[in-house]
Amino acid sequence: MYGTGLAKGLMLTLRHFVESYVDDVRYGFRKFAPSTDNFDVRQGTKGKGIMTVQYPDEKVAVPERFRFVPFLVVEDDDHPTRSGKDWCTSCGICAKVCPPQCIWIVRSNDPDTGRPVPEPEAFFIDIDICMNCGFCAEFCPFDAIKMDHDYELASYDRTTHHIHDKERLSKPVSYWRSIAPTRAYEEMLERGTWEHKDAAKEARRGKSTRGSAKPAPAAKAEKPKAEAKAAPAQEKPKAEAKPTAPADGETPWNDDEAKKEERRRKALERKKKRAQRND
Amino acid sequence: MTDQAFAPEEQADTSSIEGAIDYLKSKYPDAISMDDREGYEGIIVNKDKLVDVAQTMRDELNFDYLSSATGVDYLGVEDGVDHLEMVYHAYRTSGGSALVFKAQTERDKAEIPSLINVWRGADFQEREAWDLYGINFAGHPNMQRILLWEGFHGHPMRKDWHEAYYEQENKPFDSRWPDGHIHRAEEKNVFGKNVNYPTDIDLNRLMDTSEQGVYESMGLGVDVERVVDKDGLETNELVVNMGPHHPSTHGVFRMVLTVDGETVTSLEPVMGYLHRNHEKIGERNTYLHNIPFTDRLDYISSMGNNHGYVLAVEQLMSLGKRYNHPTYRTEVIRVLMVELSRIVNHLWGIGFWLNDIGAFFTPVLYFIQERERIMDFFEAVAGSRMMCNYMRFGGVFGDLPERLKSVSNLTNDRIRDYNTMQFLTEMINERIPQTIDELEQLLTQNEILIERSKGVGYLSYEDAINYSAAGPLLRGSGVAYDIRRADPYSIYPELDFDVAVEQDGDMYARYKVRVKELRESVRILKQILPRLEATKGESIWADGKPGTHTPRVPFGESYGRVENGKGELGYYVVSAGGKGGSSNPWRYHVRAPSFINLTPLGIMSKGYKVADIVGVLGSIDIVLGETDR
Repeated sequence: MYGTGLAKGLMLTLRHFVESYVDDVRYGFRKFAPSTDNFDVRQGTKGKGIMTVQYPDEKVAVPERFRFVPFLVVEDDDHPTRSGKDWCTSCGICAKVCPPQCIWIVRSNDPDTGRPVPEPEAFFIDIDICMNCGFCAEFCPFDAIKMDHDYELASYDRTTHHIHDKERLSKPVSYWRSIAPTRAYEEMLERGTWEHKDAAKEARRGKSTRGSAKPAPAAKAEKPKAEAKAAPAQEKPKAEAKPTAPADGETPWNDDEAKKEERRRKALERKKKRAQRND
Repeated sequence: MTDQAFAPEEQADTSSIEGAIDYLKSKYPDAISMDDREGYEGIIVNKDKLVDVAQTMRDELNFDYLSSATGVDYLGVEDGVDHLEMVYHAYRTSGGSALVFKAQTERDKAEIPSLINVWRGADFQEREAWDLYGINFAGHPNMQRILLWEGFHGHPMRKDWHEAYYEQENKPFDSRWPDGHIHRAEEKNVFGKNVNYPTDIDLNRLMDTSEQGVYESMGLGVDVERVVDKDGLETNELVVNMGPHHPSTHGVFRMVLTVDGETVTSLEPVMGYLHRNHEKIGERNTYLHNIPFTDRLDYISSMGNNHGYVLAVEQLMSLGKRYNHPTYRTEVIRVLMVELSRIVNHLWGIGFWLNDIGAFFTPVLYFIQERERIMDFFEAVAGSRMMCNYMRFGGVFGDLPERLKSVSNLTNDRIRDYNTMQFLTEMINERIPQTIDELEQLLTQNEILIERSKGVGYLSYEDAINYSAAGPLLRGSGVAYDIRRADPYSIYPELDFDVAVEQDGDMYARYKVRVKELRESVRILKQILPRLEATKGESIWADGKPGTHTPRVPFGESYGRVENGKGELGYYVVSAGGKGGSSNPWRYHVRAPSFINLTPLGIMSKGYKVADIVGVLGSIDIVLGETDR
């Protein structure tokens, strides 16, 4: 009969209309409540109807592999020996693999020896040109450049604010570990230590040349974390080092709430600082 | 068929590509030579005999489908022989691999006979070759620029053409490292000063001349207000420009229609508004650099674009000595991604086609709910929702993560955390099939939809093949040609699925093909799930370790093609020595389905009402990022 197809379709739209409230009822209209426990259920495969995320009051957290304009990894401020030091050695691979060629690196030379210093003198990324492909992070041999999760970079003047210099790009290792705990952990397994490749190498070399009388200076510090993690890499070379590396049992995603809160607070502070700088 | 075709010795001979080439050689001994350059395949045809040879190929050897026709500029590759080359890939719609044939011409006053009377599908592709390479195709009825504007100076794909203020021939640029003091390209390249105008162009009259070409090609006089037909009689026909800014053209795309009352009498597509010379950029890039650029072609299904490109480059790499095939797990993951993006593509395609014919946004929003979840999956696995940049040569960016987990950061506090396999299983077994059922319940029997779309936008079986239509457009006209079956790649041979095909050749048939393909994709995905489980823990890298940023690509050519959502997506890649070096492709061509599928738009629209034209265009399903490249 003419019109049956139409009627069937309209039944479907009616069902959709009703279904859009089913989950609301089930979760007691907690759509806008601060509690987030219903969020991933309603956005998942079992969710029915539509749920609005009230951006910018609410924001959907991004997955670990999410990639946005890169940042440079530097040591944490509380690192015993290398505080604030760049992980970048200015090898230039990121600039080479960058498809739109938005990375500019100035490598400095030691005035005395004339040899390159493994640290960039200047580092620029033109974020207007960056296409967020993630190659720089993927091919960096030192895990020194990483893709960020902070996607709110709008500003009023692109000519002044959109070229990120080294100061703007630099973020501590702990930040990387907080936004991508699993990947940071995997990278650590590959390196065999939470430390920078070179730092670990130096620590090992220090130990072997100076003998056992004097413990490696990098590992001996008030920070037990670093010591515990660097230690197995020193004693057991190569294959053995990998599985035993996270010996302190502190896998990054098991951090307690207080630590998470602390990290979030720090990140917010940084963000505020940056906003002030932008103004 | 003629009696000759049944002659036993001929039939036995010509079924293989080698046999076909032998047959052609015996018929045209003077005109054909084998292409014996290192890493090349196919034959080189003397351009004087090109049309005859092509005719023989089509009529006697059944190579009825011209997939790709493109130019290459061999400037300075071999000493003393600088020439332009046209490369053609012809296929049989019964399946099998390509017969590659080439025609060469000198660089000055380049001219090659047009094949438009053999394969109509050569129409736009030859115009493109004229536009970008300056090869004149003798006998082409409408030899004018297609992607660039009339006032453009020179032919940009030629190797001796450099863009204004260009920095360097190939990436990576030397100015970036180790002495990378930044400057903004804009400051050097000030707008308005970076254009070379040809000397014989009068800027004040530019609009007139460029429009004239379009109207003349449609057999109209220049005066749009008072259309005069060829015989000089005044008629009541009107010229209507639909687009470039028209909500139903899916982007910036223009159709010039002549209408008699409400009935369309002729149509000429005008494109290139989004042109950025993707191919020139691609030749400057390294092989690796191009992967994220392919995302930007058909941005609805970027996984498919990645796949075609890495297949083409892997084919080239396989010519070398040290090459390992991608592992089984890689292939499984690739097919998973590609089929998911095909689902996204068809949901999107059907949804926006419905927008065009009047079902404004209700259906498309229902479909987008599923698309959102697939996008979330892409985001968690590849790092981005649309610009996935996921495939690599000999692998993929990363294995599927254990959990699709988002991490709270800053103020992003709405966290999601799913088990990957569980998420996939529930999507593939429950949600996606359910959505397809709903889609059918909403639309397939809907009387309004049927009346709007049945018998509209007709494309016949013969025309579909001859105009090189691809994808659902081709299969909607009764041609059961799907590259996954006809010329299989990846692990498709071992997967169980049917080629979706409909006989009617109208808009409704294309809709039905898309719905069928959605179901076939789900069928494939259901077979992928156990394979994912079985290969868990296997390496995703062909060499056991992540690929380098400088893959070894030996000299040669390759044509990698995949069945993308919109049709056949092909990449023609040439690696040559010479000045370019081999870390950058010498030639990088994209056979874009959205572009070539517009070739039959004119004949599909003739005789229908103006209101149907938007629907016909929607049923082709184009993305302008790919059309204009």
